[in-house]
Amino acid sequence: MSTQSRMALTPHLRQLESESIGIIREVAAEFRNPVMLYSIGKDSGVMLHLAMKAFHPSKPPFPLLHIDTRWKFRAMIEHRDAIAERYGVKLLVHTNPDGVARDINPISSGSQLHTQVMKTEALKQALDKWQFDAAFGGARRDEEKSRAKERVFSFRSAGHVWDPRNQRPELWNLYNTRISQGETIRVFPLSNWTELDIWQYTRAEQIPVVPLYFAAPRPVIERDGQLIMRDDERMALKPGEREQVRMVRFRSLGCYPLSAAIESRAATLDEIIAEMLASRTSERSGRLIDSDEAASMEKKKRDGYF
Amino acid sequence: MTATSDDARTRKGLLRFLTCGSVDDGKSTLIGRLLYDTQLVLEDQLAALERDSAKHGTTGEDLDLALLVDGLQAEREQGITIDVAYRFFSTPRRAFIVADTPGHEQYTRNMATGASNSQAAVILIDARKGVLTQTRRHSYICALLGIKNVVLAVNKIDLVEFSGERFHRIVADYLGFAAPLKFAAVTSIPLSARFGDNVIRRSEHTPWYDGPTLIEHLESIDVREGLEEKPWRFPVQWVNRPNLDFRGFSGTVASGVVRPGERVVVAASGRESVIQRIVTADGDLPEARAGDAVTLTLADEVDVARGDVLAHADARPEVVDQFAAEVLWMIEEPMLPGRSYLMRIGTQYVPARVTSLKHKTDVNTLEHMAAKTLALNEIGFCNLATATPVALDPYADNRATGAFVLIDRFTNATAGAGMISFGLRRATNIHRQALLVDKSARVRLNGHRPAVLWFTGLSGSGKSTIANVVERELHALGVHTYMLDGDNVRHGLNRDLGFTDADRVENIRRVGEVAKLFVDAGAVVLCSFISPFRAERRMVRELLAAEEFIEIFVDTSLEECQRRDPKGLYARALEGKIKNFTGIDSPYEAPQNAEVVLTPSPLGPEEEARLVLEALRARQIIGS
Ligand SMILES: Nc1nc2c(ncn2[C@@H]2O[C@H](COP(=O)(O)OP(=O)(O)OP(=O)(O)O)[C@@H](O)[C@H]2O)c(=O)[nH]1
Ligand SMILES: [Mg+2]
Repeated sequence: MSTQSRMALTPHLRQLESESIGIIREVAAEFRNPVMLYSIGKDSGVMLHLAMKAFHPSKPPFPLLHIDTRWKFRAMIEHRDAIAERYGVKLLVHTNPDGVARDINPISSGSQLHTQVMKTEALKQALDKWQFDAAFGGARRDEEKSRAKERVFSFRSAGHVWDPRNQRPELWNLYNTRISQGETIRVFPLSNWTELDIWQYTRAEQIPVVPLYFAAPRPVIERDGQLIMRDDERMALKPGEREQVRMVRFRSLGCYPLSAAIESRAATLDEIIAEMLASRTSERSGRLIDSDEAASMEKKKRDGYF
Repeated sequence: MTATSDDARTRKGLLRFLTCGSVDDGKSTLIGRLLYDTQLVLEDQLAALERDSAKHGTTGEDLDLALLVDGLQAEREQGITIDVAYRFFSTPRRAFIVADTPGHEQYTRNMATGASNSQAAVILIDARKGVLTQTRRHSYICALLGIKNVVLAVNKIDLVEFSGERFHRIVADYLGFAAPLKFAAVTSIPLSARFGDNVIRRSEHTPWYDGPTLIEHLESIDVREGLEEKPWRFPVQWVNRPNLDFRGFSGTVASGVVRPGERVVVAASGRESVIQRIVTADGDLPEARAGDAVTLTLADEVDVARGDVLAHADARPEVVDQFAAEVLWMIEEPMLPGRSYLMRIGTQYVPARVTSLKHKTDVNTLEHMAAKTLALNEIGFCNLATATPVALDPYADNRATGAFVLIDRFTNATAGAGMISFGLRRATNIHRQALLVDKSARVRLNGHRPAVLWFTGLSGSGKSTIANVVERELHALGVHTYMLDGDNVRHGLNRDLGFTDADRVENIRRVGEVAKLFVDAGAVVLCSFISPFRAERRMVRELLAAEEFIEIFVDTSLEECQRRDPKGLYARALEGKIKNFTGIDSPYEAPQNAEVVLTPSPLGPEEEARLVLEALRARQIIGS
């Protein structure tokens, strides 16, 4: 990180950066046992980078937590381990053992059950297991309309329940960090960032991202009108399906059978930004889990999803 | 995402604004319109909007643009906004963050949430309805929160045949009301959120209007706050101590500018030092300006902790333990003067009480009215006292050091939002009489330590009986004691108080202060009061040193107390002859961490008294 990259930040990005650093420090100062959810995507990358900056010359006083559904792209897991090593932070990984025992998976169980068991339930298990009282998430308000409604410090009653109709007022930056036994807070330091901000900041600060965000020739199949990259043998081909190599990239990364690729030639950060500015669809359009049912994000969030 | 060029947003700077006004005036529709007309609604979102409009829409066959913003299921089903939504959009000239707030009075706190970080307000009025109570309430809250730039958006102009006359009458009405609020500018625009007139597109239906469209106006508003010209304030957020050689103070500069070499003070203690370095992950900086998140190191080893405020030695904030403030109340349970709340100001939490409620303000007329409590959504002018002195500035001078929230100590709910008007008493000016004989001298003379034994429990639980036996035993041991109970206090000191919640709080507060004086005199004070509220017991606890307060919960069940009913009070309460009787029509909040819990002993009060004495020995209040 050189002084030069700092100079390259626009006032807008610098303002966002400072605001997020303030939020991250606040959690470290007030909570007994915080954790940073690390989902390996571009937002997590920015959030971790901000945490490193917030505590410099100390290290972030909390670990990272990855909820591993066992269906992430292999390139993501490689990236995750490389990042933990490079930044020198502690990484915790949790997989829901019940889900493994029941062989819950995104293909035959369906995306809804898979998400519920392997993500939401797994997350709650992990928070309980390590007794975390605050958890950072990289969600942004511009992602989705129920996220646009959420506080920066978002209260969860015992059992990790979000009650969107009864959120604590949140005035100025005077965050109410008080909780009782069993209650927790989800904290969203990137609330006011947009997708464009994330990419511009990633470029300015040279933050490493999973190579899958960049266009490259990759083997994909076409299923239900979406391009899916078959990352391993577990995903069987249906009759008539065949793999073909296309120039694709991902706007949003998750479990590989649930993350649709887009055809693209954008192979650099500059090209990704240019492509996004011209795009007429949202980043979430490639996520197969969101279209499950109307208001599905809010419902998942109430259940404890991030 | 935005259809804006890479750096468009840097030019004019970000504008944060909110939409507010009465129910159904079209706030959400307006934001939906802004997003739609600035082409920020993408194809998949548009498809979803079409589906949603068919299902939940309020606009017949048309797209219901409010559904772009009303993102909660309950909101879509009811067609109203419940909580604030933050949306982002940009034009080639400026980037915006807009907070769409609810019009319903019930959700006023969510409107205040959205307003607290806004630099400008768009106040909507339904052209058919004119200025309503909520229009006034929201305008008043905007003014209190320091918003200077207001747009009066006279909406649904399509429904009044685009009448200029109607527009001008509403504007005149509003300006008449708003004059005392002292907005720097009120810009009035006739528009139709539903059809887009004068939002982005100039309307051909309002030839009588030659002012700017809404977006033109928002693009041009100048909201520079001059934060960097204000005195430097740095609330310390976190002490950064990676190893013995580095001790830095992390935080965000609230106002002003600071440079290495400058003389600074820790506001509360007055300790001085010099800024050594301004540390960031990108290297040291030559200066830190308002809004920068940095880590400072000082030249000397001065005592600095989270919650402290650093300032320049020649431009310090006030350090006071009493101040006056406007308070907006945000929870169902009313604000009670005397009750202890947790106050969050800057990076600090400190116990605070409202010592007096000067008046509340009628949002319709802006008149001041006498009041004893503040109910949900009411706004009042109060004096507050904090347990320890705090560094602060008037809110009008500095939002960051002049704003606070009050937190309910038991539910942890964010109960009130406050804006400081002025400090009342400089803590540094309280010259306490220097004492030649102090508490420790008295302890040596007495041969025992002072304490408050606080007996709490239902009426008839046995508090006074047990306390009497304890006092007799202590006296026999040569301990100086004094008994405070309802009977000797209510007839004299607290003769003016009744049994409303507010009076009960004040009753206990006074008892606490008297008990504190006795403790200072070296005595063991036995207090037996029902004291049903945790908040008040905690308030007394906080007046004293940790080891001086011993809470004794006389845990006799309500059934047992009713069976005993020594004074016949339960019988009368059950007949409705006594109001606000604890356990019957007024709650008792049992202690959760009492030092001693006494359940009825078959051996009687002597046995219970013995347990209390044992606890006093264990705590070395008295010798063994
Ligand atoms: N004809 C007409 N109808 C409008 C206009 N603006 C809003 N409406 C309608 O008024 C109704 C209420 O609009 P909303 O945008 O939900 O109102 P709101 O102010 O956000 O309401 P709350 O947030 O619940 O206080 C909807 O049916 C809109 O379609 C307008 O300019 N003209
Ligand atoms: Mg609305």
